[in-house]
Amino acid sequence: MNTAKSYTATRNACKMCTPLGAALVFHGIEGAIPLLHGSQGCSTYMRRYLISHFKEPVDIASSNFSEETAIFGGGANLKLAIENLTRQYSPEMIGIATTCLSETIGDDVPMILEGMGRMEDRAELVHVSTPSYSGTHMDGFHHAVRAVVEHCNPEGPRTRHRARKTVNLFPGMLSNEDLRHLKEIFEDLGVRLILLPDYSERLEGPSWVEYHAIQKGGTPIKDIREMGLSGASIELGTILAGMVEKGEKTAGSVLKERFDIPLVSMGIPMGVKATDRFFSALEEITAKPVPEKYKRQRGRLIDAYVDGNKYVSKKRAVVYGEEDFVAAMAGFLAEIGIIPVLCASGGRSGFLKQALNQILPQNIQGQVHVHHGMDFTQMEEAAGKLSPDFAIGNSKGYTLSRNLKIPLVRAGFPIHDRVGGARILHIGYKGTQQLFDTIVNTLLQNRQDTSAVGYAYM
Amino acid sequence: MKPISILEERKTQVFRKGSDEFDISCDKKSLAGSVSQRACVFCGSRVVLYPIADALHLVHGPIGCASYTWDIRGALSSGPELHRMSFSTDLSETDIIYGGEKKLEKALFELIDIYRPKAAFVYATCIVGIIGDDVAAVCKKVEAKTGIPVLPVHSEGFKGTKKDGYKAACDALFNLMDRTREESPEKIPLSINILGEFNIGGETWIIKDYYKRMGIEVLSVMTGDGRVKNFGSSHRACLNVVQCSGSLTYLAQKMEAAYGIPFIRVSYFGIEDTSQALYDVASFFSDRPDIMEKTAALVQEEVKAILPELQEMKTDLSGKRAAVYVGGAFKAFSLIKALKHLGMTVVLVGSQTGSKEDYALLKDMCDPGTIILDDANPLELAKYVLEKDAHLFIGGVKERPIAYKLGLGFCDHNHERKIPLAGFEGMINFAREVHETVTSPVWDLVPRKAWNR
Repeated sequence: MNTAKSYTATRNACKMCTPLGAALVFHGIEGAIPLLHGSQGCSTYMRRYLISHFKEPVDIASSNFSEETAIFGGGANLKLAIENLTRQYSPEMIGIATTCLSETIGDDVPMILEGMGRMEDRAELVHVSTPSYSGTHMDGFHHAVRAVVEHCNPEGPRTRHRARKTVNLFPGMLSNEDLRHLKEIFEDLGVRLILLPDYSERLEGPSWVEYHAIQKGGTPIKDIREMGLSGASIELGTILAGMVEKGEKTAGSVLKERFDIPLVSMGIPMGVKATDRFFSALEEITAKPVPEKYKRQRGRLIDAYVDGNKYVSKKRAVVYGEEDFVAAMAGFLAEIGIIPVLCASGGRSGFLKQALNQILPQNIQGQVHVHHGMDFTQMEEAAGKLSPDFAIGNSKGYTLSRNLKIPLVRAGFPIHDRVGGARILHIGYKGTQQLFDTIVNTLLQNRQDTSAVGYAYM
Repeated sequence: MKPISILEERKTQVFRKGSDEFDISCDKKSLAGSVSQRACVFCGSRVVLYPIADALHLVHGPIGCASYTWDIRGALSSGPELHRMSFSTDLSETDIIYGGEKKLEKALFELIDIYRPKAAFVYATCIVGIIGDDVAAVCKKVEAKTGIPVLPVHSEGFKGTKKDGYKAACDALFNLMDRTREESPEKIPLSINILGEFNIGGETWIIKDYYKRMGIEVLSVMTGDGRVKNFGSSHRACLNVVQCSGSLTYLAQKMEAAYGIPFIRVSYFGIEDTSQALYDVASFFSDRPDIMEKTAALVQEEVKAILPELQEMKTDLSGKRAAVYVGGAFKAFSLIKALKHLGMTVVLVGSQTGSKEDYALLKDMCDPGTIILDDANPLELAKYVLEKDAHLFIGGVKERPIAYKLGLGFCDHNHERKIPLAGFEGMINFAREVHETVTSPVWDLVPRKAWNR
């Protein structure tokens, strides 16, 4: 069934541009600061967008193109920007992400950086190509992670022994609370984790006594340099896994290629089944049993599924956001009997359909409409025909939920109309428990709100 | 921790009243690598034209520019809300190689067909200037076929600063006005246009009500609660009343040259400036003393209504220190006066786009020791907020985390806010905002304050 007409223009996009993802990654590295090679507006707009979600300072520098720069090339501006950033921020790393402007005029950033020569005490200069017209913020995110790993782990013979017990984890674009949960799991396992990126402390720190040019926290660069020595790498995201299969380079595949580090790819652990897969992979990699704490979390979660089964069974949901988020969320919803009638993303990796085919049970697949490259207006048109009970995704879906008069469960990125967006836990048994409770309670609330009787006992 | 240093090239854009000979440089491109709080040319154009609610606003470029500006402003409309949609040609790699003209044309035809806008604005972003799309030609072609004005806005991000974006928007507005104007050139008695008022939280409606009560006819507002056809009689106004002078003065000048309409600069923030604005307009129509009488009565009535509550809040706010960093300097003037009214002192004031004259005036208004900044960045703002131990920061979303991280109260005075701060009614909202945040008990728990005690 065709649920969407195609249009030339994008109307209320369900995606952001590539450099935003890269900027976020650099905020997840200790001592790093992102620098966008382009116009001033790119940095300012992305700062505002990220600040509104994280409610934290998110400094992003710009090489600040002028008309002359666009004509004669951005080399001089880029150098000046690097110098000024170094003087003011004393960064350990400057993450240079390009924009549509610098890419199109053909600035050769690696050559410009090469031309700056090597200097002791200067920040690491990592370049990532993020032309805004190619892909979405997720591509920028993954490319930046890969660029950092490539930069910090150059090819060559290993000089040190492998630390078999260390695990590299590339979580993708998760919330602060998700990242903290992953760290907690590894701490409980007693296994050293190198998590990249990790913005969970930098973009959600305590109130300050004095100003921090660069907030504390983030993956230490020295740890990233040791990724080539780890025992295994894990990449979260079914779509990302598809890209690896197709032969695209990711951080994990680079480490595999350069240092023969086994790469385990799997979906984001949302729901019992996906989290089971995550924990059994951890068991296999680390040879450590799942701590009792998580078994108890799992037990409570399944018990809650049972208690709430009738509130959610056969309910119809619109799921939207980044493709990997959509795939994982749809998998969880199907597990509790909710039919994700519309699975939509602004991304266009080409893997979403295939991922959902793998994740969703056969018997409901006929009821699931999958759309990539979709905007919110098309989504609203399509959803309107599918009688959904609720929508789940970032706060940009509020317009859709309001127009369709269905409740919205906020999850993912960005959350611009509530506090605590970065504190939403989506993953693991614990995160699934919170998602489950929120969904059930949202449906109950909606039943009360739309009821003429209004029982206080449900 | 090492103290925050000011970049050498930025030193001329920082001024400390009292110790330095007055000289501040401004109107400069932002320094590369300095994390400027400014946006770009596109932003300037977008903010000025955005409130025109029955027009199609199509952003021609890759997705980001449209995505980041989707429905973020609090500019209300009393009718259609097409301005709240985010339209983009969402250029992809192939468009960059083969050019985006065809896609733009097709997108325009489709969107005009679906949404039936009264006009369309096409914003050229950075990349369009580079790949050389002839946006004007596409607009012309679409206009000929659809019969609605289709106006290019030359807002390539890198072609200047936000101020150049204002100019591009003014050009588009003037173009629209000139083409949709009624034939009669005759002045409509006792009429004005309101320029630079964007109906944030309904501010335009508050201001229009004042003028109505004064017996003044408002012919058009640029661009709050704007409609395309509203500009038909703009050229027949006796006076242009310009708020947010940084953005719309250029249009006022063009209208003066073309239609002989004089203009005055006003502000509707704070009791003093709102009253002044209304009195200035009343005195323009000096041949009608009844208008001045009505104005005086209005001001008296409005002030009387809010004064008791203001006085009450003042007792808590007296002596508290404020930092102000806003887009245009004219707003800063008003805020200084409004804060003084609440018994507060301004210890830091700056703007993204102020001119030399603006800063000279700011200097005269400020107490000795006040820091004046042009095109500041987070580090500079933090440095001086700490040095001055401010209690309150007034700015926009990008300044908010600087304030909050350091344990200061914050008041959003930017276009993303949803409550009206203009007029007498706005003054009471403003005072409440300031009072709520400054007197919040959370500051007692914040480390910096606890540490200082």
